Amino acid sequence: MQQYKILPHTADGKFMAFGRTLEEAFSNAALATASLMWDWSKIERSASFRVKVRGRDLEQLLLKFLGEIIYLLETRAFLLGAVEEVRLHEGAKGCRLEALFWGDKISDKYEIYGDVKAVTYNEMKIERNGQVTLQVVVDM
Amino acid sequence: MELKKISEFVWEIPEQGAMRVPARIYASQKLLEGVKGDLTLEQSKNVACLKGILRMSYTMPDAHQGYGFPIGGVAAFDLEEGIISPGGVGYDINCGVRLLKTEYMEKDITDKRKELLAEIFKEVPAGVGKGGVTKLSRNVLKEILVKGAEWAVENGYGTRDDLETTEEYGRMRGADSSFVSDRALERGIPQLGTLGAGNHFLEFQKVVQIYDQDVARVFGLHSLGQVTVMIHCGSRGLGHQVASDYIEHMENAFGIQGLPDRELVHAPIHSDLGKRYYQAMSAAVNYAFANRQMIAHWVREVFKRVLGSSQGMKQVYDVCHNVAKIEKHAIEGKEREVCIHRKGATRSFGPGRPELSEAYRSTGQPVIIPGSMGTASYLLVGTTEAESLSFSSTAHGAGRVMSRHEALRRFRGEHIRDDLARKGIELRSTSWKGVAEEAPGAYKDVDEIVRVSHEVGLGRLVAKVLPIGVMKG
Repeated sequence: MQQYKILPHTADGKFMAFGRTLEEAFSNAALATASLMWDWSKIERSASFRVKVRGRDLEQLLLKFLGEIIYLLETRAFLLGAVEEVRLHEGAKGCRLEALFWGDKISDKYEIYGDVKAVTYNEMKIERNGQVTLQVVVDM
Repeated sequence: MELKKISEFVWEIPEQGAMRVPARIYASQKLLEGVKGDLTLEQSKNVACLKGILRMSYTMPDAHQGYGFPIGGVAAFDLEEGIISPGGVGYDINCGVRLLKTEYMEKDITDKRKELLAEIFKEVPAGVGKGGVTKLSRNVLKEILVKGAEWAVENGYGTRDDLETTEEYGRMRGADSSFVSDRALERGIPQLGTLGAGNHFLEFQKVVQIYDQDVARVFGLHSLGQVTVMIHCGSRGLGHQVASDYIEHMENAFGIQGLPDRELVHAPIHSDLGKRYYQAMSAAVNYAFANRQMIAHWVREVFKRVLGSSQGMKQVYDVCHNVAKIEKHAIEGKEREVCIHRKGATRSFGPGRPELSEAYRSTGQPVIIPGSMGTASYLLVGTTEAESLSFSSTAHGAGRVMSRHEALRRFRGEHIRDDLARKGIELRSTSWKGVAEEAPGAYKDVDEIVRVSHEVGLGRLVAKVLPIGVMKG
């Protein structure tokens, strides 16, 4: 199964991410976001962060989850390379997500070519019919 | 969609459905065809539906699709009835441009431009995830959020003259750092005094055309070949976080029902949350002013070191692109305070506005419109007509026409560097892939944009500059 697909967008970054479950799709959306800035497949596993977010709905949860990648980049110089142990809970009063991010510190080994400033709701879609498809636009 | 032609460069979407006012678009036929391809006009219509909007929802000549508001969107709201929206300001709060003039001529720096660029590269941190050289404490950062460029000047970065030639004198009053989240502060600490990446750049340029000798002279530009320096950057991660935080607070407080676009979430201006956003946004504006002030100072230091002197390197002006402000405007013949949102638009106050410093009160303010990396940029002057045309606003830049993805497919950074080198433009960047994404071919024609601004009277042409050396983040 394809993990994600980068879509054309005039001014910003846009992608679709796929998964058999919400967890898998969210995880692939994180890799898609990273791919707009660096090649995540080349990042070594030398550091990890446990990420926890809450959202009033799935859309807000996705927005905040992907926002963690930018936050860790800017405050911990952390480059995401892999996402593991994703646990997502949907409830009447909102959603929660936990995940383990693996990656490495910024260094000359890696080229960072893009700057994702923020994750947006613009054209955001969360579709579930047997499998999950997410669509996200990020501000660049 | 019904689109009425008012005159050659003026178009209107008449009030319909939930629109409270008409939407007006300033564009040539060519620019209009461009925006029809995306959601710009739809977004401009959505803005016209917001509560308390006054006169019209305006769209500048360089507009393209944004989130909530289009980029190049201008709207003013009644202070009692109206709203304030983070989507009407944008994520990069006070993204803006600063222009310095020098008394050097192109021939003075031709042999030194590689060295100048290399030194600026050393002095000004740039690129994604690149931290600054200044180690800040949380308390100092909070002081900066309140004092803006004033803090920078007090701490040895530049002079008080620079404040006179900065929008808001480099300091938004009413900023309150206690409404800026810990997360935003954390993102702000390592990034003060950094250029960032993406479309942000630092250029040295030469004047290639002067359209209005008298005004140009007041702005400090007198000769063809005169060297200028342009700095384009914003409030970095701190501003982005403030925008994200308040979008979330507003959704949680007011819900998202009935919004045509979730990024249009807003709060009444007079509500607690509306006021808190305004104060936090003002703090982010100040961060960006301090940021550009520090970078300008380092540029002067480099010129001094490499060329022997930084004498005569006076600031022409510093303008905000993404901001909400309380300003006085005439509504149905009566002057009153309104909350104006400029998202990807530049203020263009004409002569006589009391907000302007004495130096520019008789001419109107300088309006700086950068082109894309490696292409021409323009200096314009604000007009009296802009007041009734667009709440004193005009375009802010070139605006993309091609996706980054497509640009990466079509261009290579190293080739762009070589092309520019053949035209006598030196380019350096932290990433060649990043250069390809920002290829001049991926942007609209800035010449056409300033022509519309000039013809309509949103801002009039003063001078054109071309780059000699470009540093891209």
